[in-house]
Amino acid sequence: MDGLDDIALTAAVFLPLVGAAAMMLTPREHDTGHKVIALLTTLVTLAVGVYLLVGFDYGRADVLQFDVNTSWIDVINSRYILGVDGISLPLLLLSMFVCVLVVIYSWNHFPEPHNPKAFLILILVLETGMNGTFVAQDLILFFVFFEVVLLPMYFMIGVWGGEQRQYAAIKFFLFTLFGSALMILSFLALFFQGGQTFAIADLVAVASDNIPRSSQLLIFGGLFMGFAIKVPMFPFHTWLPDAHTQAPTQGSVILAAILLKLGTYGFVRIAIPILPEAAMAWAPWIGGLAVIGIIYGALGCLAQSDMKRLIAFSSVAHMGYVMLGIATLTEFGINAAVFGMVAHGLITGMLFFVAGSVKDRFHTLELSRLGGLLLQSPRMGWILGFCAMASLGLPGLAGFWGEFPAILAAYNPAEGLSEVLFRTYMVVAAVGTVFAAGYLLWMFQRTAFGTPREEFAQARIPGMHWPEYVAWTPMLILIVVLGLFPGLLFGLTTDAVGGAVAALGGGS
Amino acid sequence: MPAVFDAPGIDYHAFAPEIVLVTTLVLLLFVDLVFEERGRWASSTVAGIGLLAAVVPVLTLAVDGADRSLFAGAYAVDNFALVLKALFLVAGYVTVLISTDYVAEGDYYEGEYYFMLVSSLLGMTVMASARDLVSIFVALELLSIPAYLLAGWRKRDLRGNEASLKYYLLGVFASAVMLYGMSLVFGVSGSTLLSDVGEALSRGAESQPLITVGIVFIVVGFAFKVSAVPFHTWAPDTYQGAPTPITAFLSVASKAAGFVALVQLVFIGFLGREDVWAPMFWVLTALTMTVGNLIALRQTNVVRLLAYSSVAQAGFMLAPFAVAADIPADRGGVGAATGALVTYLLIYAGMNLGAFAVVMAVARRTRSAEIDAFRGLFGYAPALAVLMVIFVFALAGIPPLAGWYAKLVVFKTLLDAGSVAAVTLAVVAAVNSVIALFYYASVARAMVMESPADAGSGRVRVPASLGAALGICALATLAFGAFPGLIAELGDLALLGVLP
Repeated sequence: MDGLDDIALTAAVFLPLVGAAAMMLTPREHDTGHKVIALLTTLVTLAVGVYLLVGFDYGRADVLQFDVNTSWIDVINSRYILGVDGISLPLLLLSMFVCVLVVIYSWNHFPEPHNPKAFLILILVLETGMNGTFVAQDLILFFVFFEVVLLPMYFMIGVWGGEQRQYAAIKFFLFTLFGSALMILSFLALFFQGGQTFAIADLVAVASDNIPRSSQLLIFGGLFMGFAIKVPMFPFHTWLPDAHTQAPTQGSVILAAILLKLGTYGFVRIAIPILPEAAMAWAPWIGGLAVIGIIYGALGCLAQSDMKRLIAFSSVAHMGYVMLGIATLTEFGINAAVFGMVAHGLITGMLFFVAGSVKDRFHTLELSRLGGLLLQSPRMGWILGFCAMASLGLPGLAGFWGEFPAILAAYNPAEGLSEVLFRTYMVVAAVGTVFAAGYLLWMFQRTAFGTPREEFAQARIPGMHWPEYVAWTPMLILIVVLGLFPGLLFGLTTDAVGGAVAALGGGS
Repeated sequence: MPAVFDAPGIDYHAFAPEIVLVTTLVLLLFVDLVFEERGRWASSTVAGIGLLAAVVPVLTLAVDGADRSLFAGAYAVDNFALVLKALFLVAGYVTVLISTDYVAEGDYYEGEYYFMLVSSLLGMTVMASARDLVSIFVALELLSIPAYLLAGWRKRDLRGNEASLKYYLLGVFASAVMLYGMSLVFGVSGSTLLSDVGEALSRGAESQPLITVGIVFIVVGFAFKVSAVPFHTWAPDTYQGAPTPITAFLSVASKAAGFVALVQLVFIGFLGREDVWAPMFWVLTALTMTVGNLIALRQTNVVRLLAYSSVAQAGFMLAPFAVAADIPADRGGVGAATGALVTYLLIYAGMNLGAFAVVMAVARRTRSAEIDAFRGLFGYAPALAVLMVIFVFALAGIPPLAGWYAKLVVFKTLLDAGSVAAVTLAVVAAVNSVIALFYYASVARAMVMESPADAGSGRVRVPASLGAALGICALATLAFGAFPGLIAELGDLALLGVLP
């Protein structure tokens, strides 16, 4: 089985590209052919993921497994290094899983101007970028995958999006590119000052000793910009509501479920382990921005009149919890953050799915025009309610385990961080959960309760289609399962996170 | 007693690429003479085969591996020269491919066209080996004069005339300025050989003003050639008025030749006088990339947009010069800067030629290079639109398309130097690469996100040779993007063999 292990990760990353190539060669008219190829590709990729999940050695979740290390660009000493540990694996699987569901959902939900061929090819290219980012263990390789997602998402928003699609698409692109330009400069600075290597594992070992503190702070600043824009953290979040609102449903789901995680993952995988000292110095600021994001996102939600925009702002708030968990620099906090990433991916992904289906039926997401969903499409209404509950952090559902421990972690931040400050953050974040309940229930109430507005009173609103059932059921099940058995995920991440914060000198 | 003339011994192997090119020139004249109008198609075939044949000796020389030096060091065949000769020849071949149908259908003089093109390429291959002020000048004129003529090939077109005249006048002016600078440098050093010049200049503190003026004049002369701001004003008009294949040729091969000359002059001849040229290049770099990008933002014509984009790209190519002297010797010194530049040139050639090839294919149907003419291209010619997307985003430097690696090596060089000036320049470059994305994306937006301007949208017929050129460029752009190691090795190898 050794041979299989060696190529497993490469296959996980590049299989979607193979599928995309096959689709490129298939004539445009064969709609069903394209759907079948895309579905098979994502399913086979997920199968590889399951293989990884089964073969993963849970006793050594802190070590990179299934690792590949061959030469890539010798001249700059950048190597093709892939590997998964307990932090990467859940995110990698999330990405594979969501891609399958998005393809299924697409079956009869192609937004204008249709063209399933191009649309599905973009999803597959996106998958390659996302999977690659989660398994790359070399900074340059990471950078390439990190950027690969830009083009498909740009076109997905710009071609299949809403009315302001072109504006939203270029805004998304420019913001992210600005961040990554600074990020790549930081990577190069790490290379030169950290011992002429791009391998993350090597840099973790030597960088903090080799690099003077002042440079560390600057380099961390560059990395921070790159990742924080992607997360997005306040005040770099302004691209997100536009991108989410304008993107087609599938784009929003991928964006919320996975693309945002690339940023937080970057902090956990790269910024903090490589530059722990600088992370210490930056942590109060990151934590501060995180809680501002929580409150700001919540207030933003309350001011929205559009359902999708509201969910987008709720993402800003939720990613605030994730970042707060990371900013505590404790094992506990970062564990919560990784859990939060997965939970947010599932829950907000689901919310966007539902929002997309609501839009399909009512052709609007104006909260003031919606209402009575429970009467017209009861199942969808209850699913929306379920997701809203999950999103506001109801115990027993996945959202709780991302939010609550993150807040708790702020009570007792890593040694060297101001307790008073972080406890203040904790209080603010706790207040944020009240807001979260407020805006989510408000949204649910306005869309689902009451009677339908006059304009839709006579309209026949179709019930749920089979692609919706097939695409949503697994996500809903996972939200419940992870909510009831958080140990499934915490067990996987704890050791790995322990390794990541080891550099911080004991962590919690 | 009669004077005895000792003919210098000639290494014919070292000269083989140039000999093949000269043979091709003769054949082209012959073809033009013998075949009547209906046989003119043979010219492009002969030119194409000749250029490919010239690659063969380049390869044998590369396999042989030894650095060769002719005419007492005035003409060198080292790895640097070979890599660039190969670049010129392949870029020339692609230019022939994209010219074939354009020239044949446009009722232009075919035989002469290819004759001029190959002459210019001959000048470039000589330039790659020239290590002497005189041979650099001769090579420069050999590559420039045919290019002036080619720029005005559409002689009944007003813009074509403007293109040629502007290019000619400013080009000659630049040559004069440069020649004056060379005479000053020669006056100080007493030799035209670059290695001697290098020694003399780094010693010659007593004639500081003379050296400064000489170096400044020479660099300014080449700044015209590579269209660096503020000496770029000819480029957009010339690019727009010239036949599109020639525009592609000028923006890739001719520009590369200018940089090749700069590498040899600055890194051999002026090494040790970085106090004069480093600040100058810093300013040129920052200005070129910023001004080029900002003006490109306002363009509505794709050819003009690509012209300003190529100005901005020249800024990235100038960057290694600005910091070369700061790179520690144990990390390659100026060799690292040369490597970065060569890598950039190689990658840039593929993506820029490709972009121009698409412009030509599209213009066959729309008869226009306005951005509006590209609207809705994805609807009726998806393959061309995808190719153009690949090329423009490669130029923007988005992974996994080749341009990212070119930008990366420049950033790497800047941070390798590590001085405050270098890091500042890196940040300027980073901001610029974000600005550039905006106009590159505007081309993609028109093609993919907007509907066609006119209702009638038949298929675009792409002739075989143009298709082949597109294929070569796309393959290079994708392969070098995914496996930059291939090109990085070449860049790394391309060191000047004869350093003082």
